[in-house]
Amino acid sequence: MSTLNAQPVGAPTPPDALPQTLNSGKCGMLCLIASEITFFGTLLAVYLFYIGKDPVGTPTPAEMLDVSVAPLKVVFNSIFLLTSSIWITLAVRQLARGNIKAFAVWWLLTILFGLEFLVGTGFEWYGLIAEQGFTIRTNLFGSGFYTVVGFHAAHVTIGLFLLSLVFVLTCLGKMHQRHTEKVELLSWYWHFVDGIWIVVFTIVYIIGH
Amino acid sequence: MHRRGTAAIRNALTRCMLPAILAALTTTDALATAPVCDSGTAPSPTMFAPRSVPAELILDLSWLVWAICAGIFLIMEALIIWCIVKYRRSKDDRTEAPQVYGSNPIELAWTVVPTLIVFVLFLVSARTIFEIDKSTPPEGSLEITVVGHQWWWEFDYPEYGFITANELHVPLTRNGERVSIYLTLESNDVIHSFWVPQLGGKKDVVPNHINHLWLEPTMPGTYVGQCAEYCGTQHANMLITVVVHPEEDFEAWVAHQQKDAVHDMSVATGRDLFLRTACINCHTIRGTVANGSFAPDLTHLMSRSVIGAGVARNTPANLHSWVDDPQILKPGCRMPSMKLDQNGVDEIVKYLLTLK
Amino acid sequence: MTTLDHPGNPTRIKPTFLGRMHEWIATADHKKLGVMYVTTGLIFFLIGGLEATMMRWQLAVPGSTLLSPSDFNRLFTMHGTTMVFLVGMPILLGVANYFVPLQIGARDLAFPRLNAFGFWLFFFGGLLLYFSYFGAQGLYGMGSAPDVGWFAYAPLTERTYSRGHSTDYWILGLLVSSFGSIATGINLITTILTMRCRGMTLMKMPLLVWLMLIDAVLIMIAMPPLAAAQVMLLFDRLLGAHFFDVQGGGSAILWQNLFWFFGHPEVYILILPAFAYVSEIIPVFCRKVIFGYPLMVAATVSIGFISLGVWVHHLFALGLSPMVNTIFMGSTMLIAIPTGIKMFNWVGTMVGGKIRFDTPMLFSTGFLALFLIGGLTGIMLSVVPFDWQVSDSYFVVGHFHYVLFGGLVFSIFAAIYYWFPKVTGRMMNEALGKWQFWLLFLGFNLTFGPMHVSGMLGMPRRIYTYHADRGWDLWNLLSSIGVLVQIAGVAFFVWNVIHSLRKGREAGADPWDAWTLEWSTASPPPDYNFEEIPEVYSRRPLWDIKHPDDPDWKYE
Repeated sequence: MSTLNAQPVGAPTPPDALPQTLNSGKCGMLCLIASEITFFGTLLAVYLFYIGKDPVGTPTPAEMLDVSVAPLKVVFNSIFLLTSSIWITLAVRQLARGNIKAFAVWWLLTILFGLEFLVGTGFEWYGLIAEQGFTIRTNLFGSGFYTVVGFHAAHVTIGLFLLSLVFVLTCLGKMHQRHTEKVELLSWYWHFVDGIWIVVFTIVYIIGH
Repeated sequence: MHRRGTAAIRNALTRCMLPAILAALTTTDALATAPVCDSGTAPSPTMFAPRSVPAELILDLSWLVWAICAGIFLIMEALIIWCIVKYRRSKDDRTEAPQVYGSNPIELAWTVVPTLIVFVLFLVSARTIFEIDKSTPPEGSLEITVVGHQWWWEFDYPEYGFITANELHVPLTRNGERVSIYLTLESNDVIHSFWVPQLGGKKDVVPNHINHLWLEPTMPGTYVGQCAEYCGTQHANMLITVVVHPEEDFEAWVAHQQKDAVHDMSVATGRDLFLRTACINCHTIRGTVANGSFAPDLTHLMSRSVIGAGVARNTPANLHSWVDDPQILKPGCRMPSMKLDQNGVDEIVKYLLTLK
Repeated sequence: MTTLDHPGNPTRIKPTFLGRMHEWIATADHKKLGVMYVTTGLIFFLIGGLEATMMRWQLAVPGSTLLSPSDFNRLFTMHGTTMVFLVGMPILLGVANYFVPLQIGARDLAFPRLNAFGFWLFFFGGLLLYFSYFGAQGLYGMGSAPDVGWFAYAPLTERTYSRGHSTDYWILGLLVSSFGSIATGINLITTILTMRCRGMTLMKMPLLVWLMLIDAVLIMIAMPPLAAAQVMLLFDRLLGAHFFDVQGGGSAILWQNLFWFFGHPEVYILILPAFAYVSEIIPVFCRKVIFGYPLMVAATVSIGFISLGVWVHHLFALGLSPMVNTIFMGSTMLIAIPTGIKMFNWVGTMVGGKIRFDTPMLFSTGFLALFLIGGLTGIMLSVVPFDWQVSDSYFVVGHFHYVLFGGLVFSIFAAIYYWFPKVTGRMMNEALGKWQFWLLFLGFNLTFGPMHVSGMLGMPRRIYTYHADRGWDLWNLLSSIGVLVQIAGVAFFVWNVIHSLRKGREAGADPWDAWTLEWSTASPPPDYNFEEIPEVYSRRPLWDIKHPDDPDWKYE
């Protein structure tokens, strides 16, 4: 094999082909997020397509997602989810410095804020389903609403599961500074879940309304 | 302008390049010219024997497209074969070929030339698209609503106030002038597609979405086609027959279709049996209580040459088999066997045979 | 050349059968997974071929009653779904799995365990689809396969029109296997972008790697929308949602758009690997460097881009506005340009070469001749008015078989003959290979050529029978006879594989005197691929070594 590696006389020295900024983990996570975006993009495109096309009519988004009555609830939940992005950034920064305890605190805060969002969604759905009898079968709007918001909530749930796993490992003393990059990749996923919520919120609660 | 050009190309092709294929196609062409409405042999639904303006426009454009593609095909395959013959390595030659890494001018040429060809093709085709795809009915056209069902066609003549099935009858002229036929396509269930190649291209028949199709027959005759979008079990037997009549014939046909069903007392038993069974839930026979709309209108059943949307000829024997158990002739169709005894089947068939 | 010889695997104690099974099932090695992908794909190819044979048997004469309408409808649904998702996808992923790391001088994919996971998702997705033959109607009887066509147009797939669970099997089987494909696609992108050996800049990657990179990007972008559409359909069927339920305001047109937004890139996902294989094989057998490498890369990238914007050409007859149709006719014609460039560059590579017609080259030449026809009928179909006549007719069936059989399958056979020695250490038999090629070439044209004619004579696709008076008899009979010839060809292939595995001539590391890195290691390659990670200076590292006086890096 040695010939393969011996630089021939006169040949230009090969540049290091591996780009330092992009390692496998980061590249893989970016690809995953890209494919997630096309998945959500499709669901949201369908949601947009069906706005105002419901032959059944009632209930309309305006009746169900009345932002003037319950703006606080949804906006409140959204604020929780979005701020959790800040906490996770702080957590990763602490881990990079080797500050495990501070990391654990910010990390726990992230989980709690995410959990609040999930519970909030749960209450919203409970109200819609149990009290107002509005389900996925009701009409086109119901189909779109529960699918889009449901898939987002499913992603939050997966995220929370992974975050909790890291938290358990931290409590067991298994997390170290050298894990910063992996944790950072997880935080990218979490940022994606938050970012997509902004889009979902805009389309479902503002445009669709 | 391009049409004259393509006509020249077509002539050239006819003479020298595609004699074999054309021989096969002209036989079907000959069949297509004879009106064979009742003789039993339908003409082949070929796009090469257009009998309507849009079909002619499409064929004209197609000759141009084929000519271009045939040219590219011949050049490329000739190149490939030339390479195979010329550059085959001799058995004992173990040396490498001269390494040529590329050539900017040559590569530029084979980027630019295809681009130009594509551009021309695009302009010519775009023109034909807008010529054929009419979103409003041409002046004085006969409007007919076509409703696709699993697995038969409903033809609704709002102008004349009757509904028929599976056989579309249209006039060639009205008041001596050639008339456009403007179809409104609707579906009652899944997606179908209306396609009679001699009269025009196909158009999908989509639930919750209304489509239109423009035909302008140029010659009387019987033209066949069928559903072209897979629509379930009996997609294969969802045939269309279009009969283009001379004006007087069409008027006679309309006058006949507008009448209620005949009331023949000699088949009263069969008639009573028909009206007592579930037949009337789906079928309409005008002038009786039967007014279902899930299945073909039977008011003038015997004026049609086929049953089961073309699955069989409309003969007493086939009709008997159909009434006894439609699943034998058309397995999977929506009409169940009514489980009548043989006597009952006989009586009903006798009754149906009077529905001229 | 002694430096290229490799010690190979150290002899081990012969493992037991169970031990060997365990080794394969638990493996995360890209080469083993590659072999498993391709083998599974070939088995499904035989199954899909059997389904096609039964259909041609039925259609050989008009009015045949060999198959019931439902059986026929199930066969074409399963044939299409199988060939696209369970033959094309796994074989292209398998070959990429095996050779991308070898060609970029890596020891495995970026995420080996994800790779294994992807394979098993595909594998069980395929089994789930075929389990529908037994399980789709549960306890009611024999069960049934889906009968909605491979693009499963709503509302035919809604519960109202498709009772039982066969369509659910179609959805779930594909959902599972497409998640596997997405995972492997991401894996390939990451591997190619981050694990190339020293010296291999993007513009020094072999064309196979370039094409698989674009291919993987298309998989990553185009498959999630299909998953989303299928999830919505599943919600319709199982939870009573209304996305495609026309009675509830759902749109049949929407499904078509969603499906083909995936479906058309999917066609390119399937054909880019074909381009990849012949781009590797043609230069080696012409003893010439590929003509116009940078333009080939540019054409690949632009095909990838344009393919995301042409899906409406499947919907020309749907009744969209003439303006929409015209725009998509334009974008569709546009894709002919980079595809044409590729054709010209392959032929340009042949010109002035010293061509050696071993079986891989024979199949590659067959690919050029047949794919050209598929491409030209594709241009015809892009002409909207012509498409109004022949879309959904046998013309289209002929067209896409020229692309996917004449194109993809011929190139797959080329690839198998080319790389079989690398994977197994043994050559395939040349005489059997030539028999296979000529039988397949003849049978293929006999089957699919006449379909263009029957389509233009008005024969729609997916009909289980036809009347004798329509003028289609001869063309259908020819098609069916062609199938028999093809079966003979495939039989030669199966025999060749079995024969060569046991008795094939020893191949050595570099039987074709080729130029990319996979030929620098032993056949079969050791688990770690390369003892030492190679370093490259040009696109053809082995050329540089074999011709130190005239290396490529002087000209690139």
